[in-house]
Amino acid sequence: MSQHLLSISDLTKLSALHILDTAANLAKATETMMKKLPTLRGRTIVNLFFEDSTRTRISFEAAAKRLSADVINFSAKGSSLSKGESLKDTAITLQAMGADGVVIRHPASGAPKRLADQKWMSGSVINAGDGTHEHPTQALLDAFTIRERLLGGEGDLRGMRIAIVGDILHSRVARSNILLLKMLGADVTLIAPATLLPVNINNWGVDVSFDFDKEISSFDVVMMLRVQRERMVESFFPSEREYARNYGLNSERLSKLKEKALVMHPGPMNRGLEISADAADSIHSVIPEQVKNGVLVRMAVLYLLLSGEQL
Amino acid sequence: MSISSRLINLRNLEGGYISISIENGYFTNSNNLTSNEEDCSGLTIIPGLVDLHTHLREPGFEDAETILTGSQTAAAGGFTAVSAMPNTDPIADTAGVVEQIYRLGQTHGICDVFPIGAITVGSRGEQLAEIRAMNTSAAQTRIFSDDGNCLSSAILMRRALEYVKSFDGVIAQHAQDPQLTVDSQVNEGVISSRLGLKGWPAVAEEAIIARDVLLAEHVKSRLHICHVSTAGSVEIIRWAKARGIQVTAEVTPHHLLLTEDLVENYDPLFKVNPPLRTQRDVEALRSALVDGTIDVIATDHAPHPIERKECEWANAAFGMLGLESALSVSFKAMVESKLIPLPKLIEKMSVRPAEIAGYKDHGSIEVGKPANFTLVNFEKNWVSRPRMSKSSNDPYLGMTLPVIVQATYLRGRKVYSRNG
Repeated sequence: MSQHLLSISDLTKLSALHILDTAANLAKATETMMKKLPTLRGRTIVNLFFEDSTRTRISFEAAAKRLSADVINFSAKGSSLSKGESLKDTAITLQAMGADGVVIRHPASGAPKRLADQKWMSGSVINAGDGTHEHPTQALLDAFTIRERLLGGEGDLRGMRIAIVGDILHSRVARSNILLLKMLGADVTLIAPATLLPVNINNWGVDVSFDFDKEISSFDVVMMLRVQRERMVESFFPSEREYARNYGLNSERLSKLKEKALVMHPGPMNRGLEISADAADSIHSVIPEQVKNGVLVRMAVLYLLLSGEQL
Repeated sequence: MSISSRLINLRNLEGGYISISIENGYFTNSNNLTSNEEDCSGLTIIPGLVDLHTHLREPGFEDAETILTGSQTAAAGGFTAVSAMPNTDPIADTAGVVEQIYRLGQTHGICDVFPIGAITVGSRGEQLAEIRAMNTSAAQTRIFSDDGNCLSSAILMRRALEYVKSFDGVIAQHAQDPQLTVDSQVNEGVISSRLGLKGWPAVAEEAIIARDVLLAEHVKSRLHICHVSTAGSVEIIRWAKARGIQVTAEVTPHHLLLTEDLVENYDPLFKVNPPLRTQRDVEALRSALVDGTIDVIATDHAPHPIERKECEWANAAFGMLGLESALSVSFKAMVESKLIPLPKLIEKMSVRPAEIAGYKDHGSIEVGKPANFTLVNFEKNWVSRPRMSKSSNDPYLGMTLPVIVQATYLRGRKVYSRNG
């Protein structure tokens, strides 16, 4: 198994559930012992961000600090290409500074894998989103949220019907979620225009639909993905209006959801595009809980990896 | 004074024992040579290999390779002639640059370096380069390509094909529709989707080949397709040949042996353009080589300095070393797998490329012809590592490969010997 978390495929069902259970235990512990645990005192975690992402960075920062680790934020935006320092030199620098764990966000798919495979540094590597590849802690926090809300906080996700709606092609959140949700036994349906689905999607073991309305009342969870406005310029869809009409979660679709269905979004949202304001703020929405659970799940991952437990 | 030598106990490709005599750089019948007699037991003589697709990086990128190191690498791979692609800095789009490259090759005298000229100024695909000036220069350039860039403008492609007819020239197309492959990284398919790397769809190659064979038919000119990589391309070329269109095609050793699953770890050693494809494509390419749809094997030797590969996939350069391993890898893919006999492989790597390019001094072992040949041990294996190239981006690193090139001779002179 792995000393890193690069992809959901590094996990087994057992280790994924172990992370979720650990997150649940940490939730209880932080409630009873105030916010901070001494677990990672003296350990150094570097947030290595080659791409802006305030949310993910502060979530990891909060997670590390609640475990009493020292946190260094290394913002290296724009330095990955020719103009700046190479990934290798950055890694050597981090090694020299004694980083026990590196949380990396990078615009190039596979950059965390490179960091982990090359022997430039010895610390654990945690993928906080790489290009259009994966974002494993997001998937873990999504699974955790579903389990807490719909399944009493334990077990796997068997029987859950989950829709992932939007720009699957460019979404690292979708890739990690598909792997994890399937691993945990959920049924996954991808809903998107064909332009925003990867080719060979039929081999992924998921259902695919071009029609958001068709089975909307059958889903337990609807995960909306952020749609980048640039995609319109590249002709993945004709206009924001047409996209919102066909694939946005609006009040009409909201009203068709199951009573207990959850509306999720990894953030940041484009209100009015993939999700309407009333959907985002409705009783179905668990978006703020996702943020809260994100800290817990990241605490669990940092704790397990840095305390020497193999995932 | 004549310089002469005699090699004895050689095997030829048919397995018979022969000896050869060389005088003043030419194969000769004369038997009155006594001075230099060399026992070549265990070695097979083949005509020097000829590469239609080589990147030597000089001028402009001497940190990756130079004409000297590239020539040494070629000789170590058994090549006596290589065709230097024009994507240097400056681009080889004028008589001055192609002459410089040609003369540097001749000065070093280790391998004949025949420059390929750019089709368009700066290989930018906007305006024809001075093709005739390159052809009438000392380099006598006859192959033109914007390799690295596809000549995507249909009208310029038509003009280029027509223009080279006056001197029996060839347009070598790097078939890659640029709009379908913006930022493309790996073969579009199951693996690109999973890895989140932008796909390079087969159709982007096939659509250009389909267009270009039709243009070549329309203007009755010669077209050469560089590094064919997909099963669909093979079908189009097979169709074109059946129609009598003057099209030739090459495949690289790596597209005959390696598949896309090697990119799984994001190691840019396996980043190449066109990308590694599927097993089905590999099999189609091998069959195409067997039935003659694909004419030749060409290396696309593409050296890069280490920092261009020791990085994230998306930021890494496209390309692999190929000259030193070409014969071994092609042998492994085609002869060991019993698809073609050895003489046929040598035809694909020497005789036929020399014909296509018009390199009259290469591709044959004949009395009266310049003695450009290679001695090969087909019984021995070696472990691949780049030995001569300035670069180290060898995708076969550490792999045990068959066939050792023992020595290479250019115009009768031993320009490479494995034992120093």
